[in-house]
Amino acid sequence: MAKIVLEHVFKQFGAVTAVNDVTLTLDDGKFFALLGPSGCGKTTTLRLIAGLETPTSGRISIGDTDVSDLPPRARDVAMVFQDYALYPHMTILDNIGYPLKVRGVPKSEIRSRVNDVAHSLQIAPLLDRRPGQLSGGQQQRAAVARAVVHRPQVFLFDEPLSNLDAKLRLEARAFLKHLQQEVGITSVYVTHDQAEAMALADGIAVMHQGKLVQVGSPLEVYRRPQTTFVAAFIGSPPMNLIPCRLERTPEALFLAGRDFRLDITPLRPSVPTDLANGATVTMGIRPEHLALVPAGSPQAIPGRVYVVQPLGSETLVDLFVDGATVCVRLFVDEPPHLAEQVWLQPDLARLRLYYASGDLAM
Amino acid sequence: MKTVRLVLTRTLFYVVVALVGTFFVLPLLWLLVAPFDVKANLAVALPTHPTLANFRAVLNNAFAMRALTRNTIIQAGGTMLGTTFIATLAAYALSRTAVPAKDLLVYMLMLFSSVVTGTAAMVPIFLLIYHLGLIDTQLAVILTLTGGLLPSGIFMMRDFVEAIPRSYEESALVAGANSFQVFRDVVLPLVRPGMMVVAIWAFVNAWGTFLIPFILLRSPENMPASVAIYSFYTEAGTPIITLVSAYALLYTIPVVVLYLLVNWRYGFRFFGGIKR
Repeated sequence: MAKIVLEHVFKQFGAVTAVNDVTLTLDDGKFFALLGPSGCGKTTTLRLIAGLETPTSGRISIGDTDVSDLPPRARDVAMVFQDYALYPHMTILDNIGYPLKVRGVPKSEIRSRVNDVAHSLQIAPLLDRRPGQLSGGQQQRAAVARAVVHRPQVFLFDEPLSNLDAKLRLEARAFLKHLQQEVGITSVYVTHDQAEAMALADGIAVMHQGKLVQVGSPLEVYRRPQTTFVAAFIGSPPMNLIPCRLERTPEALFLAGRDFRLDITPLRPSVPTDLANGATVTMGIRPEHLALVPAGSPQAIPGRVYVVQPLGSETLVDLFVDGATVCVRLFVDEPPHLAEQVWLQPDLARLRLYYASGDLAM
Repeated sequence: MKTVRLVLTRTLFYVVVALVGTFFVLPLLWLLVAPFDVKANLAVALPTHPTLANFRAVLNNAFAMRALTRNTIIQAGGTMLGTTFIATLAAYALSRTAVPAKDLLVYMLMLFSSVVTGTAAMVPIFLLIYHLGLIDTQLAVILTLTGGLLPSGIFMMRDFVEAIPRSYEESALVAGANSFQVFRDVVLPLVRPGMMVVAIWAFVNAWGTFLIPFILLRSPENMPASVAIYSFYTEAGTPIITLVSAYALLYTIPVVVLYLLVNWRYGFRFFGGIKR
């Protein structure tokens, strides 16, 4: 049970800066996700916390101890690897008991503790088998059991669900969240799957090219993405980003695209004053915050239907708006047809504006 | 016309193959028949009166038998253990650490070892062992043979070690193991097939080696079989065929048995690391 603090951590591999000035505090007992596309530095950050890599500069603390120069075994952490890394020549019992064995715990105690953990993870009948004889889901639970058995201060997960099939992934996701809430151990979870991060974490850190882009709760990151990168990464389907122009008059404020003009005067107090008349901005609106309205309605954006994807619970419709593709989530029985001209009305309360640089303006 | 050509080339091919085959097989055939013949000579002929008298004579020669049953085993066994153990550790270190110009180092090692061995290094090796005070000891032979076999041994082990995914070791490190425990509990069991390969290769190489024991050993008590075989020569320097052939057959038996054992147990398949 410990707080993790990273202070100005850099990690360089030759000319490549994998982790670029990361400062982060992960609260005690919370489930924290490091989220980002491949190569963004999230796995390197996890390995820095584990002690498998040493920071080029910066400090890392677990609890009250500065662990920056300590080897993994002095840090009291446990890690579940993407490929589980269960030792193929040992039985599951020996695998799970290994962290206890290297700490000199007596054999009888190892057996009883392993049995307890195996029972709670429902793999007790498998203890005498070898890893090669287990299914993917069972191997995953064995890897988690090995992490849990020595009661570390911190759990580290490196994309542990990516080798499971879709259905098993959902089950394992729920199981991991429940487990973490039950044991209350600070957990850091690396993933590129934003739905997984949203579902599991108390806090998300979005990373891109080695840098931290945004840190916050899942809902915060979802509702107020700080950059267009985060907006386009979080959410499935992601936020729609439509380039347009800001038109400022003494009394009113408009967002103008090629085929539309939205009156956003009620939002005027929230729009920064450095956005002058004619400024190029990007409008962000999520697919579920666009409503289909009849032709001729006010505050409507026209679009031509490009593809309709019925998912059962909802229908995703992609449209061409101003030459860009916009996605809208519909919950109607009769979705529009291909090439049909439709009108969309955005929920102004959920609208986001981004500077040309990509940072959040409103 | 074409069929005649075909028949001719085929016949020619088989004749050549038969000649080459005979060249290799004849000495082995001789080794199987000559020891059982009291009047053995260099011809390959089935004995008229097969007998075990040659073997009896050889077994009565205490010096030669001790050489075979004790000294050769000590030298080959010692070399096997030394080479396997050191090669595994070295291969592990080479594989897992970042040494600048590592590949260059390994290739140079191999190159030099194949050049500076045996006859070329005869005098320097003798002088070195002499100054260490190890002349006429089994240890000297074992050390020298191990040193000579190590570069190739390391080279062989490196492939086996490289095939083990690093995540096993990392998982052991995070579980709380120190480097030695990681090596003992995770790497060693997984690299065992490779160690078997190197062990057998080293044993077989050391079993038949002549030059190094011949230079470094003085007293008859320490001589291995490869040197002791000379005791079956007359003072004039000609071999006593009956005894030499019997001794040679006995000399080859352990290696043949080893081959059969390994083949039966492992089938000479080389298992690489298993990625989960």
